[in-house]
Amino acid sequence: MDRTNGASLKIRASHISKVFSNGKGSVEAIRDFSLEVKEGEFLCIVGPSGCGKSSFLRILAGLMTPSSGKLEIQPGEDTSKPLTSMVFQEYAVFPWKTVLENVGFGLRMRGIHKAERHAIAQSWIERVGLTKFIHAYPHQLSGGMKQRVGIARALANDPEILLMDEPLGALDAQTRMVLQEEILRIWEERRKTVVYVTHSIEEAVLLGDRVVLMTAHPGTKKAEFPILLPRPRDLKVTATPEFGELTYTIWEALRGEVLSAMESTGAGSSKGVG
Amino acid sequence: MKGRGTAKPLGALVLLFALWNGGLTLFHGWASLWWLGLGVDFLLIVGIAELLGKMIPPAYAPLYRRSLSVSFPLLLFIAWELLVRGGVLSPDWFPPPSRIVQALWELITKFDEFSKTSLLGRPWLLPGAIGGSRTETVEELLAESHLYATLMRVFVGFFLGAIPGILLGMVMGVSPTIRTMIDATLSAFYVLPKIAIFPIMMLIFPDPFGEGPKIAVVAISVFFLVTINTMVGVRDIEPVYLEAGRNYGASGFRLFYHVILPGALPVVFAGLRLALGTALIVIIAVEFVRAKTGVGFLTFYYWEILSPEKMYAGLVVVMVLGVLLTAGLKKVEQWVMPWRRP
Ligand SMILES: Nc1ncnc2c1ncn2[C@@H]1O[C@H](COP(=O)(O)OP(=O)(O)OP(=O)(O)O)[C@@H](O)[C@H]1O
Ligand SMILES: [Mg+2]
Repeated sequence: MDRTNGASLKIRASHISKVFSNGKGSVEAIRDFSLEVKEGEFLCIVGPSGCGKSSFLRILAGLMTPSSGKLEIQPGEDTSKPLTSMVFQEYAVFPWKTVLENVGFGLRMRGIHKAERHAIAQSWIERVGLTKFIHAYPHQLSGGMKQRVGIARALANDPEILLMDEPLGALDAQTRMVLQEEILRIWEERRKTVVYVTHSIEEAVLLGDRVVLMTAHPGTKKAEFPILLPRPRDLKVTATPEFGELTYTIWEALRGEVLSAMESTGAGSSKGVG
Repeated sequence: MKGRGTAKPLGALVLLFALWNGGLTLFHGWASLWWLGLGVDFLLIVGIAELLGKMIPPAYAPLYRRSLSVSFPLLLFIAWELLVRGGVLSPDWFPPPSRIVQALWELITKFDEFSKTSLLGRPWLLPGAIGGSRTETVEELLAESHLYATLMRVFVGFFLGAIPGILLGMVMGVSPTIRTMIDATLSAFYVLPKIAIFPIMMLIFPDPFGEGPKIAVVAISVFFLVTINTMVGVRDIEPVYLEAGRNYGASGFRLFYHVILPGALPVVFAGLRLALGTALIVIIAVEFVRAKTGVGFLTFYYWEILSPEKMYAGLVVVMVLGVLLTAGLKKVEQWVMPWRRP
């Protein structure tokens, strides 16, 4: 693939559309969405609810085929590594496996031996703060804890591309801040390619190299914002004026989409917001 | 402190209960008004139990609930016993519990020299038979036991039906093609009362009076229930688990083993539980109609010779069998699905 800014392209999605159809009719979830992600880039996608963010990640993960358009993903040099690992919005932590087995699941599928697998899984469980629950089953965990298991499972799998679908959505504000810093630290250690979906503009600006804004139903690219805040970052950048300016600029662009998304789904009134 | 508010009404209810029953007895009201008497008693007991439940400290609440579930049936038996003794219920149709227990004891301990059978058989002779120090063989000893006959039919039929049922259900759950091909036929057979195919089974098997047709009906009843439940279990797995399985590198057999099988197990076991109950119903019915051994045969036999308390004793055995088998299955379930243990 071609090189831009010295880093090669990892993902090139061109003119992706996705139409869901059943017997009664069809829903156009994504329309003509194009996106390029560089090797080692942390890309954030922000968009109103129902604009097709999860569907797009599923297409990237190969769990769903686009109705039209082309998707190219540059495989890594190390072919034993999985191409993508997804942190699901719905957690998708297997209820029938313990935390340890869940986190080690990808490694097990790749045939990594028990001792090594457990060691890797254990260290990631520790990093998301669940050591006490290592042998617990998911039904003994809260929603936020399950989500952390999902994050650890993806990180332990060490993929070429991390796909994260609102991975901190179920967490309380404090835990979320701790994990945001943890994600920053992990990413700065490894510089993995990440596609990160979030509802929070602040989170996108804090974590990302670039924020892509999607329009409401059907989803397509509305705008793109490079985030040039210095790295390594931590939560301190949220106190800078640049951070505030960026989040406000993005919010202004997003506001119209949120309102139109609410209108089309009938959630809330169109007046009185903003 | 919480209980103080309820102590008074509780006392009032207990007093009312005593007055009501005492009054009815005193004025010989039970014979004609026994249904009203029992109805009011039931309501009063519910009220007393409810108020007591509020006074019990939370630490003892589980114990209290368990004792409620045990003592209520006991109360029923006492009421039954009293109603029969008081001449309200006829002992010919409703032999009092005390006599049923006595009959049960007789069934267990007495060996019928004429038919060479008893409820349990003579299991204590088994070690001798195995060691070769007795004239009877192991088979002969086992054939003496009605309980063994029923259990054997249930077990063999259950396994012969459940294993192919789980396999077919899994296949149908996974493959839409096979599902659409078989689903309609399966539903049609499912609604057929299984006992109705017993005559066909007797035609098919070379020995119509042997074990073959009996086990076959049980197996077939179990098969349909388990197949349908397994299929539903597979289909009801949240799609996101399959996606997670695939995204993390599972496919083919490993996807089946790590995601589909465990994901479907809860519903499969619900099906197995239903099937076990059905197996028991079917085998008892079959033994009523055509058998020379089995608990169902025994029950029906004592009806024919008009020995109601033994007939009831047979029913008790069936009930105990049902409870024990279900409890056993529950244990298996907890062992197979450790993630569902509370
Ligand atoms: N399997 C499916 N079948 C039919 N329609 C679907 C399916 N999955 C998603 N959709 C529809 O596609 C649209 C986009 O859904 P998607 O889950 O991708 O949105 P999203 O951006 O992730 O929303 P949210 O932020 O609320 O998670 C929605 O209108 C949804 O109803
Ligand atoms: Mg989503």
